[in-house]
Amino acid sequence: MYEAFLDAANLGVLSLEPPGWGAVLLRGFVASLEIAFGSYALGLLIGLMGATGKLYGGEVARDLWEIYTTVVRAVPELVLILLLYYAGTDGINKLLALWGYDPVDINGLLAGIIVLGIVQGAYSTEVFRGAIKAIPSGQIEAAKAYGMPSFMILRRITIPAMLPHALPGLANLWMIATKDTALLAVVGFTELTLATRQAAGATKAYMTFFLAAGLLYLLVSFVSGIVFKILERRYRRGIAGPA
Amino acid sequence: MTIATETVTPNTDAERQGIFRPHRIVLALIAVALVVYIVYSMRWDWIADYQGQLIAGLWRTLGMLFSSAIVGFFFAILLGVVQVTGPRPLAWLANAFCSVIRGTPLLLQLWLLYYGVGSLFAQYPEIRQSFLWPYLRQAWPYGFAALTISFAAYEGEVMRGAFAGVPRGELEAARAYGMGPITMFRRIWLPRAVQRALPTLNGETVLQLKATPLVATITVVDLYGVISKVRQSTFLTYEPLLLLAAVYMILTALLVLVFRYFENRIPTKL
Repeated sequence: MYEAFLDAANLGVLSLEPPGWGAVLLRGFVASLEIAFGSYALGLLIGLMGATGKLYGGEVARDLWEIYTTVVRAVPELVLILLLYYAGTDGINKLLALWGYDPVDINGLLAGIIVLGIVQGAYSTEVFRGAIKAIPSGQIEAAKAYGMPSFMILRRITIPAMLPHALPGLANLWMIATKDTALLAVVGFTELTLATRQAAGATKAYMTFFLAAGLLYLLVSFVSGIVFKILERRYRRGIAGPA
Repeated sequence: MTIATETVTPNTDAERQGIFRPHRIVLALIAVALVVYIVYSMRWDWIADYQGQLIAGLWRTLGMLFSSAIVGFFFAILLGVVQVTGPRPLAWLANAFCSVIRGTPLLLQLWLLYYGVGSLFAQYPEIRQSFLWPYLRQAWPYGFAALTISFAAYEGEVMRGAFAGVPRGELEAARAYGMGPITMFRRIWLPRAVQRALPTLNGETVLQLKATPLVATITVVDLYGVISKVRQSTFLTYEPLLLLAAVYMILTALLVLVFRYFENRIPTKL
């Protein structure tokens, strides 16, 4: 049916079979999604550590997290990606050489996930910090009074209680994560945007490919909008809405 | 304003003692050592050779930032007004425009404009012969257009909330004074909405600053473009990027300071 639609609309270049570039585009799309999921998950982990570190950590930890979030949020993602991408792969190979191993070729997917995850982590640190601060302090004090160890407090009280406050910010961050994957095109990783440009350059059908890629990105943002709406409804049960 | 002061207010006695805590002095010493190491052990002789280009690039970056933010803000006001008061189809269109732009990566929009629309323009002899062609052949109009559209869409969403959030009573009071719709918009609605949107404007402008290096991918030689050229011709990996990161950090800090100054000057009694 897809092919029939393409024939009717004279969009043969988007065909999934080799003369068309549809498969290349879809492969790029999958790579983009993998990086978005991976870096988002890593960012959430870093963010949770950062927020607890900033709120409950010692003085040194608090200052170090502050430096991390300030620097990452002040430098353009593109520059950070270049710096971390080159410095990271170079640093790992230097370390390996120091221990007498041969240099390795670092997987572009993994490098992309780590680099974008570090960027995401700085933003989610701030989201989580604000959400945790919105929890009435009595709830955490009560958990402490029951003798819960701090990790259990985090798991049972802090995370469930802050989620409704954090969800709008987290939804925003997910949208940023999906769109930031496009920046990896600049370091030569074939995700959706670079695949689109390659296909467009080869066939000269620039508008067709860029619009098709735009539709794929919109699809992601549309679906995630619905998912986050459902999540928010679920986690805001029992909380009065805005007046 | 209350939010900003709350986050700055130290919440423990220890923090109140400021930067002269022992661990902060250690951190500062480490930072100084790092800077000294970077300055002395890395190569910085290329800065002198590229000084003129670097400064020109910086101006182009700033020009891109401010021109697109100012024009974009103007369109954002239109988008906001239309979404709140416009006739249903227009409001829907404006809303769809914001969602589409906010749902796709800026890099893709930029390449769509430059490679896609740019190649369409070239096919029409009418456009090739028009007075606009010398501009449309260059890259910067596409970069400017993409940045402006993006800023307008993001800020338009904010302005929609700001226009909708102006208290009914103030608008009713204006009408009761006999103001016409245009006077009311000019004197009450617009200033009050801009005032409400101002705190977000700071964040949006910083985001816009961080988006400007993308125009280098369509051959606009902004600061990032100059740095890329330096990296290609000197084979240095880190030094140019570190300088670039430092410049962007300084620019961000300046933007935040300027906006804070203006925010403090606007009386808020909300």
